[in-house]
Amino acid sequence: MGRYIGGRVVSMVITFLIIASLTFFLMKLLPGTPFNNQEKLSDAQIVQLNEKYGLNDPVAVQYFTYMTNLFKGDLGVSFQQDGRQVSTIIGERIGPSAYLGFQSLVVGTILGLVLGIVAALRHNSIWDYGTMVVAVLGISIPSFVIAGLMQYWFGVKWQLLPVAYWDGFAYTIMPTIAIASIVVATIARFMRTEMLEVLGQDYIVTAKAKGLSSTAVVIRHTIRNASIPIITIMGPLVVGLMTGTLVIERIFVIPGLGEKFVNSILTNDFPIIMGTTLFFSFLFILVILLVDILYGIVDPRIRLAGGKE
Amino acid sequence: MERILDVNDLHVSFDTFAGEVKAVRGVNFHLNKGETLAIVGESGSGKSVTSKAVMRLIPDPPGRIKQGEIKFGDRDLSKLSEKEMQKIRGSEISMIFQDPMTSLNPTMTVGKQIMEGLIKHQNMNKSEAKERAIELLKLVGIPDAEGRVTQYPHQFSGGMRQRVVIAIALACNPRVLIADEPTTALDVTIQAQILELLKDLQEKMGTSIIFITHDLGVVANIADRVAVMYAGKIVETGTVDEIFYNPQHPYTWGLLGSMPSLEATEEDLIAIPGSPPDLLDPPKGDAFAPRNPYAMKIDTEMEPPLFKVSDTHYAATWLLHEKAPKVEPPAAIKKRLRGMAPDEPIIATKDGERNV
Ligand SMILES: Nc1ncnc2c1ncn2[C@@H]1O[C@H](COP(=O)(O)OP(=O)(O)O)[C@@H](O)[C@H]1O
Ligand SMILES: [Mg+2]
Repeated sequence: MGRYIGGRVVSMVITFLIIASLTFFLMKLLPGTPFNNQEKLSDAQIVQLNEKYGLNDPVAVQYFTYMTNLFKGDLGVSFQQDGRQVSTIIGERIGPSAYLGFQSLVVGTILGLVLGIVAALRHNSIWDYGTMVVAVLGISIPSFVIAGLMQYWFGVKWQLLPVAYWDGFAYTIMPTIAIASIVVATIARFMRTEMLEVLGQDYIVTAKAKGLSSTAVVIRHTIRNASIPIITIMGPLVVGLMTGTLVIERIFVIPGLGEKFVNSILTNDFPIIMGTTLFFSFLFILVILLVDILYGIVDPRIRLAGGKE
Repeated sequence: MERILDVNDLHVSFDTFAGEVKAVRGVNFHLNKGETLAIVGESGSGKSVTSKAVMRLIPDPPGRIKQGEIKFGDRDLSKLSEKEMQKIRGSEISMIFQDPMTSLNPTMTVGKQIMEGLIKHQNMNKSEAKERAIELLKLVGIPDAEGRVTQYPHQFSGGMRQRVVIAIALACNPRVLIADEPTTALDVTIQAQILELLKDLQEKMGTSIIFITHDLGVVANIADRVAVMYAGKIVETGTVDEIFYNPQHPYTWGLLGSMPSLEATEEDLIAIPGSPPDLLDPPKGDAFAPRNPYAMKIDTEMEPPLFKVSDTHYAATWLLHEKAPKVEPPAAIKKRLRGMAPDEPIIATKDGERNV
């Protein structure tokens, strides 16, 4: 297991470096310059600014400088905000994003599991069909459409919830629903399939033949085994959720990292783009690693196979 | 002899999109205390459905017990509530299944899987149950039981897993053990070991066993009585000797004839022609008639009743009717019958048969 994790960490670092390099060069292809009040600047001033931020150097030199700084843990300074540290800006913005992401993940996962379990246990009933309709809708309607519809009905029409901004729990409800919808739908569908699969297994009959109550069979043998494979989709799901927040934060004007990220692209604020991209990539890679390790811990077949080598 | 289980006129059907599959169509058999009854028949003849019906483990829907009674002591299992059945399953009647590779939960230690039943039925606490689980593992012949009890099924070989399954089934000392093809998925040497183990345990614990198999070969080895099943019915029943020495039903002849054995040569093996009937729409009359070279006109019109051959031997074939022509089993089968007779020395019979 230790060697397995070690290998995974090395490949993680390599992946991260590749992402850092790719982002750097892709960003260089963005049209325009990073200075938003360009028309007010004289040519001399632009030259001076370019000089200051090292934008006149050959790309190779800029790349080298960037990567060395990155190794030192220095993400650079923002072009837009008077040269404030990118890491400081990320730090300020991470709060709402993390809160929203976490809340959506927890709510979405629990709701998805419950729906999936109920659908499978009441297979081919109205519960089953109802759940699957919800799931298909959740997967096929983009979260920003759900967000917009909610803003119109709950926010504007019925005035039940605040339309936007970030000022307390009520403000988190609609964005959470918008982001969690895909989580609920994906997990409900997956869990239902896994449950039905497990319910058809021979060892379920063995468990019943022992005289266990239906509840014991469902909880100890069915749900437990059906939820193990869920861990495998959690990685991609969390990644999807993080990208989902980018858009949703902008729609609800939430001062999170996603909103900052989208703005930085529109204004060519290179260091912010780089910084947040790398930050997201790092999270993605970390989540995927954690999921793999977790899967190994939960499933004895993998845990022990890994332990023996 | 005390009857521990008495199944009367059992009918089980499955409601499918294509219609009602009549998997079990009026089965009668009983199990005496301490004996082993083998239920034999081709695949699809309704053996598993019958045994699951006794355990009330038929998935409903689509399955249901349509009629009949399953007398267990003074209770009729077919009428009990699910709660009452849960008390019986695993404690008074247990079951082991065909495939040890799939019949254990892969994410639970074998110890826990044995303990579950003990905790449920014998009110043991965890440590008592664990101790008993180790004892049981020893009883079924698993070496290093103390170390093995915390291992997972994938760490055991097929034969060892089947031993674990047997330990689970016998944990609470059930009065009846239903073994549904417990050796079919295992290779021959392991098969013999598991059969030996079952016989041994039966002696120690006094369990009555229903042993289900499609392989008559193992029957001679383990059973006291045999019930031959075809298309959802018992077509012949008798003691092992009666079934092997004096079979009456052409289907039993067919099973005996298609049974590979050490002394049978290739040309002696005769497969039963044709295939079992469609249970969605079972034929009128004797369901075996289309495959029966001795079929008479009446076979296609009326179902044969069970004719009595002896007090313990019955067969459902019109050939036993007093007006039926006398028919002998095919020569090749007769020859083999002697060869496989359980308690006769093989060499002596071979010579004897050659002269006939
Ligand atoms: N769940 C089910 N749905 C429909 N038909 C079934 C089901 N289970 C068993 N059957 C039918 O019942 C018949 C007997 O099956 P089974 O008892 O498993 O045979 P076997 O003698 O090989 O154990 C078969 O024709 C099978 O198709
Ligand atoms: Mg079967």
